[in-house]
Amino acid sequence: MNALSALFLREWRVARRIGGGASVGAVFFLILVSIMPFALGPDLRLLAKLGPAILWIAALLSTLLGLDRLFQADAEDGSLDLMVHATLPLELVVLVKCAAHWTTSILPLAVAAPLFGLMLAMDGPSLGLVTLTLAAGTPALTMIGAIGAALTASLRRGGLLMAVLVLPLSIPVLIFGVSAASAASGGLAPFATPFAVLIAMTLFSLAAAPFAAAAAIRLVRE
Amino acid sequence: MRLIAENLTLERGGRRLFADLSFTADAGEALVVTGPNGAGKSSLLRGLAGFLAFATGGVRLEGGATQASLQEQTHYLGHADALKSALTAAENLGFWAGMLGGGAADVAPALARLGLPHVADFPVRALSAGQKRRVALARLIVALRPLWLLDEPTTALDVGAQALFAGVMRAHLETGGIIVAATHAPLGLEGAKSVKLEGAPLGVGEAA
Repeated sequence: MNALSALFLREWRVARRIGGGASVGAVFFLILVSIMPFALGPDLRLLAKLGPAILWIAALLSTLLGLDRLFQADAEDGSLDLMVHATLPLELVVLVKCAAHWTTSILPLAVAAPLFGLMLAMDGPSLGLVTLTLAAGTPALTMIGAIGAALTASLRRGGLLMAVLVLPLSIPVLIFGVSAASAASGGLAPFATPFAVLIAMTLFSLAAAPFAAAAAIRLVRE
Repeated sequence: MRLIAENLTLERGGRRLFADLSFTADAGEALVVTGPNGAGKSSLLRGLAGFLAFATGGVRLEGGATQASLQEQTHYLGHADALKSALTAAENLGFWAGMLGGGAADVAPALARLGLPHVADFPVRALSAGQKRRVALARLIVALRPLWLLDEPTTALDVGAQALFAGVMRAHLETGGIIVAATHAPLGLEGAKSVKLEGAPLGVGEAA
């Protein structure tokens, strides 16, 4: 088994086992979306209009919630030291860990989004757009979050600091994600332009964030 | 193959742990780092492993695989076992075999050499401290790397396991490996060189 698949398989197993983080984000997502109608009231038109924004905010917060343990758990049990000794460059380690995290913890959110969107009285086209934009945009959130997770890997209660570091960087993703997702429900912009920017941000973060996160790991482990 | 460390100086938190420390270890040689608590044994090993930067001096491995970096030829065994408690012993070792280059031995025989053939399918969280340590030691066997940096390798091991591990280390030395170990307890390696860290004065010599 080569190093890439060994790492991916291990991350996948750790996330799926009892005590892993895979279900935390999804449950938090469900809680947040299901209390919204109670808070906003039974105005279906208002709910449908706010639906894409609510789903996106819930996805952003769920992503941040699961990410703080991304490197911290490995730093605590000594695995992170050994990963530096692996035959893989640390940048690839970061990328594979993020890929495993995204497929186990974040992709289920995008898949479940249409179901939760029904609770917000969203119609068919809106549900499709929200799912599409979440699938295209959450990798950027994961990669940006990985930089914050790497910087706070050796801090015991680094979750809050990570959120403070990462949130400003995630706001552009949120803006373009929501504006693309609202195109079918009376949004201001057409779909294609914000969606293209969203994809560009995902691609850029996929290319750049592994280097930033790997540099942060090397820096904070001294 | 030869490990050469020259003029190493290490500072941690504004304190100089040691200065101008030099030593060499040839293929098949073991080097035991001794010294009181806080003398810098673990820091020296972490420096050799590349986790800490030395203030002066450097470490190199001569005559090994020229393509591989020092870190890619090094096994580091620290205080933490680097095992995921949710995974089984075999899954943990299989992961490290793939991650560290593997190809040396299968997981089951590696565990058997450390006297743990029956725990392969147990989650690590169900193992005792000594059993976890043995699983971590089996990592040295499943991936083949010439230089072993061991920080208190026999912590939590019972007498039988210490003897088994001494055998594993001797086999590694016989095949041309190099071991640098920080320890308070005797490791059962005859003819090992020793490096004493004691604050200011430093010495390298032959010891039992």
